[in-house]
Amino acid sequence: MCTTCGCGDTSLVPVDVHEKILAGNDRVAAHNREHFAAAGVLALNLMGSPGAGKTALLEATARAAGGRWRLGAVSGDLATDNDARRLEKAGIPSKAITTGQGCHLDAQLVHDALHGFAWKDLDVFFIENVGNLVCPAVYDLGQAANVVALSVTEGEDKPLKYPVMFKGADLVLLTKCDLLPHLEVDVAQVMDGLRRVMPRAEVIQVSARTGAGMDAWVRWLEARKASLPRATGAVHVHSHAHPHVHAHAHEHRHADGTVHSHEHGHEHAHGHLHGPGAEEDHRHGGADHAHSTGSGHDHGH
Amino acid sequence: MHEYSLVQSLVGRVEDLVRERRATAVHRVVVSVGELAGLDPELFRTAYDTFRAGTLCAGASMELRTVPARWACPGCGREIPRGAILTCPACDLPARLSAGADEILLETVEMEVP
Repeated sequence: MCTTCGCGDTSLVPVDVHEKILAGNDRVAAHNREHFAAAGVLALNLMGSPGAGKTALLEATARAAGGRWRLGAVSGDLATDNDARRLEKAGIPSKAITTGQGCHLDAQLVHDALHGFAWKDLDVFFIENVGNLVCPAVYDLGQAANVVALSVTEGEDKPLKYPVMFKGADLVLLTKCDLLPHLEVDVAQVMDGLRRVMPRAEVIQVSARTGAGMDAWVRWLEARKASLPRATGAVHVHSHAHPHVHAHAHEHRHADGTVHSHEHGHEHAHGHLHGPGAEEDHRHGGADHAHSTGSGHDHGH
Repeated sequence: MHEYSLVQSLVGRVEDLVRERRATAVHRVVVSVGELAGLDPELFRTAYDTFRAGTLCAGASMELRTVPARWACPGCGREIPRGAILTCPACDLPARLSAGADEILLETVEMEVP
């Protein structure tokens, strides 16, 4: 108004935005998700308190399924690459993400970590988040599902105390169950708490030390893998995806050097991204579908 | 303490809007925070007050609107009481969370434009 009279006054306007504050993170997460889907990699965001047994769980996963699948991980911590080194030793190619003071991973950190890491050839890619039951729950990373490790030593009311973390979990792994005989923990009470914060409370009791429950966890991974867009494949994608994935697995099982496998990864990556490029549009329907059955409810924020 | 990183995202978004609209000042921002968004409103306010100094939001007050969480059955619509098991006792369906209850949204930015 004042521009018309020439007095030079400005006017105060309310601008409606109605946009997520983390829209920027969500865009990068969506981009990561597309990458994972295109390469047929099952990406999981593994969260839990410090000391819940996330790294031990992955080591045990390597023992239970390492012969069958190519596993890989990025592992977030404020300092040190200890976890990544432990995982490497267990046969899981890993990369550390040191966050400095950061209490969580975000989509950009994960995206940056993918560079120079042969993740495309993996069957299952674990994103081991910073040990923390609060902040990581807020950031979508592009994962297909959230897995929360909750150890039996943490107390029965953990789920009720940290509802946001558990609300977003697609699976809770109750870890360190070999310790139950030595503790006064009522597992039924833990389960009850989970059902009050998770609309679909899926829980597997495991022990990384004894291997108990690892078969159920591997079956869960298998089912998740099978429900990936490429595997369940709407129409077209199916025939295309399968030979590719298999070829990868075989080649890499025979390959001994990382350099070797890396080269292969590259060649194939091109085939994946460009060959089925047109397909990517087809697949979108399928991908979205799979996400909604997978992690859609918690990431549909 | 992800409140600081959220404030950073908020201020960044507001600064983008200011540039887009060639605004000369920001007076107020309105943010809605869902009860299950994983954000402590008080910490968020403290983080905002600390971080806004020296940014285009320095003179902008922040209004925080909290959005309560309500769970209901997606089948019959029955509300699940607070603290109860999140499955509909009648339909056996997993409860659905009310809109906005797990979101942090920048709702409105009040700015001065020439």
